[in-house]
Amino acid sequence: MHLLVVGLSHHTAPVELREQLTFHSCDANSPLRALMALPSVAEGLILSTCNRVELYAVSHDPVEAGRQLRGLLSAQRQEGGLQLDPHLYELADAAAIRHLFRVASSLDSMVLGEPQILGQLKSAYAAANACGCAGPILHRLLPRAFATAKRVRSETAIAQHAVSVSYAAVELARRIFGDLAGRTVMIIGAGKMCELAARHLVTQQVGTTLVTNRTLERARQLAARIGGRAVAFEQFPYHLHQADIVLTSTAAGGVLLTCEQLEQVIRQRRNRAMFLIDIAVPRNIDPAANRIDNLYLYDIDDLQGVIAANRQQRRKAADKAEDIVDQEVERFSRWLRTLEVKPLIVALHRQMEELRRQELARTLAGLSHLSEDDRQAIEAMSRSLVNKVLHQPITVIKAMGHEKAGELYLETARRLFRLEPEAGPGLADTRDKEDGVP
Amino acid sequence: MSLDTLLFQATLAAYGLASALALTDLFGRWSTARAARLTLLAGFGLHCATLTTRIAAAGLLPLAGRPESLAFFSWAMVALFLLFSRRYPLAVLSAFITPLALILLLLSRLTPLRPAPTLAGWWLPLHVVLALLGNAAFAVAAGAGILYLMQERMLKSKRIAPLCYRLPALDTLDTINLRCLTLGFPLLTLSMVFGALVAESVWGSYWRWGAKESWALLSWFLFAILLHGRLAIGWRGRKAAQLAIAGFICLLFTFVGVNLLFSGWYGGFTPGAP
Repeated sequence: MHLLVVGLSHHTAPVELREQLTFHSCDANSPLRALMALPSVAEGLILSTCNRVELYAVSHDPVEAGRQLRGLLSAQRQEGGLQLDPHLYELADAAAIRHLFRVASSLDSMVLGEPQILGQLKSAYAAANACGCAGPILHRLLPRAFATAKRVRSETAIAQHAVSVSYAAVELARRIFGDLAGRTVMIIGAGKMCELAARHLVTQQVGTTLVTNRTLERARQLAARIGGRAVAFEQFPYHLHQADIVLTSTAAGGVLLTCEQLEQVIRQRRNRAMFLIDIAVPRNIDPAANRIDNLYLYDIDDLQGVIAANRQQRRKAADKAEDIVDQEVERFSRWLRTLEVKPLIVALHRQMEELRRQELARTLAGLSHLSEDDRQAIEAMSRSLVNKVLHQPITVIKAMGHEKAGELYLETARRLFRLEPEAGPGLADTRDKEDGVP
Repeated sequence: MSLDTLLFQATLAAYGLASALALTDLFGRWSTARAARLTLLAGFGLHCATLTTRIAAAGLLPLAGRPESLAFFSWAMVALFLLFSRRYPLAVLSAFITPLALILLLLSRLTPLRPAPTLAGWWLPLHVVLALLGNAAFAVAAGAGILYLMQERMLKSKRIAPLCYRLPALDTLDTINLRCLTLGFPLLTLSMVFGALVAESVWGSYWRWGAKESWALLSWFLFAILLHGRLAIGWRGRKAAQLAIAGFICLLFTFVGVNLLFSGWYGGFTPGAP
């Protein structure tokens, strides 16, 4: 049995091509059915996200299956689009397993360590499961992929620390205040950026949220959306001392809060710490205010700097994650090989038994003068001869099922004894063709 | 080897291991916080056992000589830290507390155990115990102060190293500062009162301007200023952390330094008495 993946991702294809190929979740079943309808595909799974479209298949005939999977992807594409083939990748066996494990662990993602891909893979598996496309191999493979992703997340720092502005702001606030529960947040400005960052803060169970904007109506709307209280723009300086965290992003430009004002506020707060996040450009808060004791001012560049440092850490963690993936790939490949061992041994036994019977019948036919006892003795001898001959090869094959180089031994045994696994007649043929052996 | 020595050495070993683990956790690549905590707990258990055997042997809290005071100081500090870390996320602070506890224990063994004078009456043991408990509280405050300064510097300069995410939040460290101060200051004050009573009964005067008394008074003033600043003026954060560290250095000087550096009449008169 072979695992195969054919697809494209943000690494290999531009978005124009990816969007053409995306399988929409509403018609998730029909592509899966089309996949399973391919004669060479025994099990199948489709992973389709905005960053990748991949078809996974389990097949006895990887060459033919690869061709058919490419065909299926081409059929999905609209006419007159970009050339598909140069953007596709096709991986088989250990490489395919590694690819899946890396995708699940978010090592192949655009944002290293992002958590969404695992959920997307889980729903892809659920969909394949629901329409009966997953068989014994995928039922073993996908849970292993999820376990690998879990190991990577818990044993490395790949998913630690924010790589987006709003999460970075929340994380810094935690470094200052510890627990954010019950803290007061003031949002100055009601723009898109502000809303996104404010939402992240509000999910931390902060206490009161005050929202102010030059247009009071927009402040009211935002306050209603995030569960805060609107404050008139002229009034907000009077409320400033209540705020532990201040987020400013007004497009109006110019400095809203001066150093002197903030010194005053800190005095009013009796030096309780204050975290100011200024994501406006041009900035709304005088940058010199960062010099005030117990006040921490971060502008958008500072936050980007924090994110860049975190990205660096994630890249470092990725090296360790690759080691974990290596281990898991080896573990799964080993299991896959043990799957092949049993049929091989059965075939070997059957073939020898066949030969033994033929030769015995031929020999005994010319020895009609022998007594029943003699015949039985010859029969017993032939049996034990076969067993003796097979003993060592079978011991080696069994042991090699657990070894890294096992595949080579299994293949050698197939060639030496001209064995064909019962389930897939096509397999041995293509292998011969591939290697140029008639 | 007596049980006493065996337990003591086991304590030393556990604290040594816990120090290494705590420092690895703070500066190293792997998180060894859990292992550090468990080892420290084990070490503390052994430390308690050591103290118990000493009490059983001496009949009283063994505080007569400087070695034993150092050991008790070390014990009180670890006890206080473990108490705080139950309530606050402070695992990283053990990188400061544990090595200090180890050093104090080592010092206690390096100092020759001279025949100690019996602690006559109740004033002297009270003076010693209160002073040591106070020292322990201020040691924890100083440790929190050092971490505060590290964390504050990173947050102000906006160079957020991975270390930043391991250190406790500024607010937590500042709370520890206040807690330790409100606990340590009354202890220190009372111990000085009892110290004066002892001085009166031994030398006939409540206060003599010896090096030890002067340093003790200086530390007391530093902590008094800090406490007043915190409660009345609203000092917080960096200033409080710096003062706590300065105060603790003065205290250490009072406790260890003066006797070692100046062989003044105080040290000569009651060898090893704190």
